[in-house]
Amino acid sequence: MQANFITKIETDQSNLKSFYTPLDDLEEEAIFIMREVAGAFERPALLFSGGKDSCVMLRIAEKAFGKGRFPFPLLMIDTGHNFPEVVSFRDHRAAELGAKLIVRYVEDSMKKGTVRLSHPMESRNPHQSVTLLEAIEEFRFDALMGGARRDEEKARAKERIFSHRDVFGQWQPKAQRPELWTLFNTRILPDEHFRVFPISNWTEYDVWRYIEQEDIPLPSLYYAHQRQVIPRKGLLVPLTDVTPLQEGEVVETRTVRFRTVGDMTCTCPVESNAATASDIVKETAAVTVSERGATRMDDQTSEASMEKRKLEGYF
Amino acid sequence: MKVMGVTTNFEKSSGVLSSVNDGHTLRFLTAGSVDDGKSTLIGRLLLDSRAILADQLTGIQQKATSDDSYDLARLTDGLQAEREQGITIDVAYRYFTTPNRKFIIADAPGHEQYTRNMVTAASNSDAAVILVDATKLHWDKQPVELLSQTRRHALLAHLLRVPFLIFAINKLDAVSDPDTAFINVSKALQEFALQAGLQIAHIIPISALTGANVIDNKTQDGRASLCADIYHGPTLLQALTELPACLDDVDGHFYFPVQYVQKQAQQHTPEANQYGQRIFWGKVASGTVKKGDLVTIQPSGQQARISKILHNALGEELPQATSGKSIGIVLDKEIDVSRGDWLTHGVTEPLHKEIKANLAWLDDEPLVIGRAYWLKHGHRWVKAKISAIHHQLNIKTLETEPAHQLQANSIGEVHLQLQQALPLISYNQSRTLGAFILVDSASNHTSGAGMVL
Repeated sequence: MQANFITKIETDQSNLKSFYTPLDDLEEEAIFIMREVAGAFERPALLFSGGKDSCVMLRIAEKAFGKGRFPFPLLMIDTGHNFPEVVSFRDHRAAELGAKLIVRYVEDSMKKGTVRLSHPMESRNPHQSVTLLEAIEEFRFDALMGGARRDEEKARAKERIFSHRDVFGQWQPKAQRPELWTLFNTRILPDEHFRVFPISNWTEYDVWRYIEQEDIPLPSLYYAHQRQVIPRKGLLVPLTDVTPLQEGEVVETRTVRFRTVGDMTCTCPVESNAATASDIVKETAAVTVSERGATRMDDQTSEASMEKRKLEGYF
Repeated sequence: MKVMGVTTNFEKSSGVLSSVNDGHTLRFLTAGSVDDGKSTLIGRLLLDSRAILADQLTGIQQKATSDDSYDLARLTDGLQAEREQGITIDVAYRYFTTPNRKFIIADAPGHEQYTRNMVTAASNSDAAVILVDATKLHWDKQPVELLSQTRRHALLAHLLRVPFLIFAINKLDAVSDPDTAFINVSKALQEFALQAGLQIAHIIPISALTGANVIDNKTQDGRASLCADIYHGPTLLQALTELPACLDDVDGHFYFPVQYVQKQAQQHTPEANQYGQRIFWGKVASGTVKKGDLVTIQPSGQQARISKILHNALGEELPQATSGKSIGIVLDKEIDVSRGDWLTHGVTEPLHKEIKANLAWLDDEPLVIGRAYWLKHGHRWVKAKISAIHHQLNIKTLETEPAHQLQANSIGEVHLQLQQALPLISYNQSRTLGAFILVDSASNHTSGAGMVL
């Protein structure tokens, strides 16, 4: 009898989506981790970008601490190249939850001279690390929670839930602290900090199912909409001020949605008619290309690009 | 040959098996060495359950050694250093979901820092899949002599009380007589389990390379599976799907380590006024608690009644809660309670300032007798000294050997003195209350993983 579903996986892909396993264990684990951060650290913060993973994190925080009772502020590093609808969503959502929102701008780091672009059109995305580390220093944050998941990328698959960063904010993959049982080693020296990933064990599919189950509000660009895009190197690059048309290219209007939402210079939508979370759950069960593979211009350059950025203090 | 029924290391203790998996996530570790097909097996599980996507396949296809097959092993090499050296350094986590269950694989590499990685992976696992490479054994000569690493993997899983042990006898497609090989190797495994006192949930003949008995009982090209005449048991995925969820220490005394104290709400919002009281959040470590119960706050010894049990901070209440569940507790009077304290039922349970424990040493710096380390138990940090090393465990046999020092990747039986008394109980009774970590007070490295004897 068990063999039935197996045949289904191989032969009947249209039926794939119908399966359901409870998300309670994942939610329970994420709540436990957030409370551990609140209990163990003096000045934690939650990184909130307005993206779907950080919206899930907010819902977890709401269940862990209650609306208006988060024991930490929300922190956003703004490249200045974020989609406008995401920025307004972020501000609105923080106010709605009664959370304190701190925004720090890559442009301010550029003015100070701590961020230098090699050319004006260079993506500011990797430079977020500098502004982030400056914000950590300014507020003396000792733990930053983020919505990164281990299924996103190979380097992340090996990162701890409580990931220790040295005084330079660097990740040392070979000197990671083993994590045993749920006894997290949260001890740090002055000026060091932790990055903590409560939804490490979730997959893209789990995230979408949770969004559907909890009816979590998201920026509109996660759902199918008409957008002007430029087909380029197998991706659909959104037409924006910072990603203009290049010679020999054409602009097309397509029905798309974003699977990840980050800096406009490196995030691409995918073609889709999925207009609701439930549609996306079905689509995600049948996708054939990974989340970052389909949407990120910055990860395609080298197999180790995420690892390199993490070593420099990126999330 | 008959397949054994599902038996578990839990049956001897107070652990409780739920009759079905209830949709609980199953965390399992895979143990094996570099070339016994562990990475290939994980790749096979992910590929056949469609957890690997096309672009990730392209990545491994480009670099595959043979043209027509994927180098499944490459999927688990996560770090640049690992790719350069062609070996796996650290525990990697992988995910897949079937219609019946979500699975989390903790993939512990077999060579470097072996004990450290295996202990780490085992501490959170519900099951261990131990790969036995049939081509490395003289399977045609009885009794078959198992490799020492197979014994080591099983014994470490047993020591950490991983509830279910599954042996997957791999590469049976590459031996001349798979049936005989399976029967003889199975006999050797059962004999070893009997001697070592461990329970085996399943022994399954597989080929990770062809996929036989991994997910389906047919190979990829549709041929009948391995050992079809003699093996009528589940495939590996079926076995994993059907393993019941294990709940730790439901029948034990009630222990609730306080994780986070939420102060009275400052703002006068309707939500905040809903509970003006302080809430003690945490996870029930053992036993059951009900609304109205009289509890003692440790170590202060003060008592109060439980006026509310909260399911979460949205205001949903529960009449009772059992081990493994995160809850919020509101007491009927104002009492000083801090993170790291714990709540028990009325009668005070014995606390311990001196304990004997099995200690797995994880730090490159060897253990120093008499030095003070930080010990974390529940949510409490106390200083602890190792006053004596009684002996060391030979991790190939679990027999004791004299020792004066503990080096990285070794396990010893030690005597500890604690600065404060703690509610420590035997690890055999509770995987939560019997476990602790030791942290180097200078480097902050996680130096040791302890299991109370």
